Amino acid sequence: MPTTPIVAEKTAIEVSNLNFFYGTFKGLKDINLNIAEHKVTAFIGPSGCGKSTLLRTFNRMYSLYPGQRAEGQIKLYGQDILDPGQDLNLLRARVGMVFQKPTPFPMSIYDNIAFGVRLYENLNRSDMDDRVEWALSKAAIWNEVKDKLGQSGLSLSGGQQQRLCIARGIAVKPSVLLLDEPTSALDPISTGKVEELISTLKNEYTVVIVTHNMQQAARVSDYTAYMYLGELIEFGQTEAIFMKPNRQETEDYITGRFG
Amino acid sequence: MSQPAETPILSAGARLAVAKRQQLQDKFFHALTLGFSLLVLVALMGILVSLVVNAWPALQKFGVGFIWRVEWDIINQEFGAAIAIFGTVVSACIALLIAVPLSFGIAVFLTETCPVALRRPLGTAIELLAAVPSIIYGMFGLFVFAPLFAEYGQPALQSTLGQMPIFSSLFGGAMNGIGILAAGIVLAFMILPFIAAVMRDVFEIVPPVLRESAYGIGCSTWEVVRNIVLPYTQKGVIGGVMLGLGRALGETMAVTFVIGNSQRLGSSLFSPGTSIASTLANEFGEADDFHLSTLFALGFLLFVITFVVLSLAKWMTVRSEKSKGAKT
Amino acid sequence: MDLNLYKRRRLTNQVGLTLSMFAMALGLFVLLWILFVLFKNGLQSIDWAMFTQSTPAPGSEGGGLANAIVGSLMIVVTTALVSTPIGILAGVYLAEYGDQSKIAGVTRFVTDIMLSAPSIVLGLFVYAIWVAQAKHFSGWAGSMALSLIAIPVIVRTTENMLRLVPGSLREAAFALGAPRWKVATLITLRAAQTGVITGLLLALARISGETAPLLFTALNNQFFSLDMNAPMANLPVVIFQFAMSPYDNWVRLAWGGALLITLTVLFLNILARVFFRDKVQS
Repeated sequence: MPTTPIVAEKTAIEVSNLNFFYGTFKGLKDINLNIAEHKVTAFIGPSGCGKSTLLRTFNRMYSLYPGQRAEGQIKLYGQDILDPGQDLNLLRARVGMVFQKPTPFPMSIYDNIAFGVRLYENLNRSDMDDRVEWALSKAAIWNEVKDKLGQSGLSLSGGQQQRLCIARGIAVKPSVLLLDEPTSALDPISTGKVEELISTLKNEYTVVIVTHNMQQAARVSDYTAYMYLGELIEFGQTEAIFMKPNRQETEDYITGRFG
Repeated sequence: MSQPAETPILSAGARLAVAKRQQLQDKFFHALTLGFSLLVLVALMGILVSLVVNAWPALQKFGVGFIWRVEWDIINQEFGAAIAIFGTVVSACIALLIAVPLSFGIAVFLTETCPVALRRPLGTAIELLAAVPSIIYGMFGLFVFAPLFAEYGQPALQSTLGQMPIFSSLFGGAMNGIGILAAGIVLAFMILPFIAAVMRDVFEIVPPVLRESAYGIGCSTWEVVRNIVLPYTQKGVIGGVMLGLGRALGETMAVTFVIGNSQRLGSSLFSPGTSIASTLANEFGEADDFHLSTLFALGFLLFVITFVVLSLAKWMTVRSEKSKGAKT
Repeated sequence: MDLNLYKRRRLTNQVGLTLSMFAMALGLFVLLWILFVLFKNGLQSIDWAMFTQSTPAPGSEGGGLANAIVGSLMIVVTTALVSTPIGILAGVYLAEYGDQSKIAGVTRFVTDIMLSAPSIVLGLFVYAIWVAQAKHFSGWAGSMALSLIAIPVIVRTTENMLRLVPGSLREAAFALGAPRWKVATLITLRAAQTGVITGLLLALARISGETAPLLFTALNNQFFSLDMNAPMANLPVVIFQFAMSPYDNWVRLAWGGALLITLTVLFLNILARVFFRDKVQS
């Protein structure tokens, strides 16, 4: 039985009895979990444990692919997002995602940010300028790009591109931000900058991060979930998980007995 | 830069309205793109139907025997497709016999022996050759090739192969540079770059690891090609050849200029003949109703023949890709 | 080691490779020969008159190709305007919705067949459904026949280029809540735009030289005319008529026209390949 933390915080996402299938293969087995609001929750575990799969249920990204389906319940602020009537586009406007590989759109830096905003908001030019500046500042990249907003997003370095994608994600003011191994493709300096960023983001957003780097999870997260072969083995406050895990499997993974 | 709390965010209700509008837009977009892609299917159906409908009078009169009937009498309205089919098939086969080995040689050269710096320019040269419109090949055939063929090529053939008992009738007759063989050769010029480009593309997909393993045990380049590259790309190569065959069967301009345009079934490769496409091109202008319907019947036959050949080609390339594990 | 076997293998290898080099040389030789002949005969007739005068009547002297050049331009441009949206959107369908649809597989198969279908039969088809019904030849019918050739080319290249766009880019756009049509057009199509444009150029090059389909649709017009709703002069059919004729000036003009077409086609091809390569490498 996974440990449930003693929390006084509000729950942003409530996962109940979640099972996930790739065709006939069961990728997630009976997941029960609460994601706390305005905190950083990390999913860790070896390859193939299902952490990315779980993350991608939160914005129903799997719905793009026939043959992938989820059963159970996922409540975002009380609303079940697995409900067939759930409008996916609206959901994804509320739950943002940043991917492992930086994916700048084939347009200018300015338009990269503006694209998402224009989907649901009608801002005039100066308001949009403000929003773009705000998002890029929040992502700690404003100073580096403020003089070249018209240049293509593809002209930036890898680390900058990833911060651009993060800026793009926050520009639309989502409630939750999902980060799928956001620094695994980056060099250490860019990684450091992004980790700093994550710490500041949690003041306004609920952040869920998938990482195969345990030290990163220990550095940035408040809560950690350890997963193995599609099951949630243990979940609790990060300090507790890393200092005094309840389960042997957790301890084995954390101390590097296997990976 | 602080949080611009003043920037208006759409209310939940307004967002819902946007979402609903987007759903409608998506439905429309789906229908639009689906409709356009169905156009191709509709066109194909339309072609088959309209060909049959217009060919009906002729098909009705001559029945299935139309296919092997050797007759083309416009005055008495007695027609048969055999002469045209013969010309079409024979010229295409001659073209393949010449073009396939040469294409293979070019593809081998481009992928194995050619110095790396030259690969792109030479490859581009072949691709450009493939892009030259067929009417150019036709003109080249009529004005340059035919006279040379009449003066050097045909006499050479007649005095060598034509002296042998089996081939004597094949290379007999008047030598004026045109005819079925000439058409086949010009056609070969035309499809050569196309097949070469396809073969080269197919050869390039062979994983370097496979080649390296063969070199590693001491194979010569030629042996690598024969024993590794060719079997690996077998189906793709055959598919490419059949594509070339399909092109050759349907070709009009390259053939019409030099085939002689005569509705007679000669016994020699030097004798003039006609192909289905040439018949259509030449006789369409002055055909009356029944004659026209016969031409449509010929067109229908040509379409069916090339459809079958191209389907086979596609089937082979799909099987080739599937066996390599690629998603088709 | 069996020395004889080794020598034989080496000989086979050398013979094989020499033959293949020979084949390449032959191919190059043919290309150069054709281009040489084309330039030699065609350049003679390139003069001011070719671009300003219309095609001469049988037996009369001089003349040019002005009406045919303009006619061809009009037909090709119309074809481009018609086939581009249809081809691109059909390609978008096959790439973006195709994996979830059975009909996509059939469409793809048929498109590939149509890619290599005999163009003369396409001309017959358009004759039957348009020209015969309207009771006259027209530039519009010619455009339609050429579109039937161009559309499959554009569909295939568009689909292939779109499939090269990584799935993560699409997911990133969906993750913002973008509707499918915006993802397909503003993001994916835009990311693939260089390749798609290349496909357009190649399709244009292909139809610029097509003769057979125009024989039964646009036919030809001896005079200068901008009326697409009537028989339209065009370079390929003019070349066909003039080349096999007994008149010297006709034959001369045929070569000039052939050179013009070849230069256009080669230019479009080179543009497509150079343009594409540059963008891909940047």
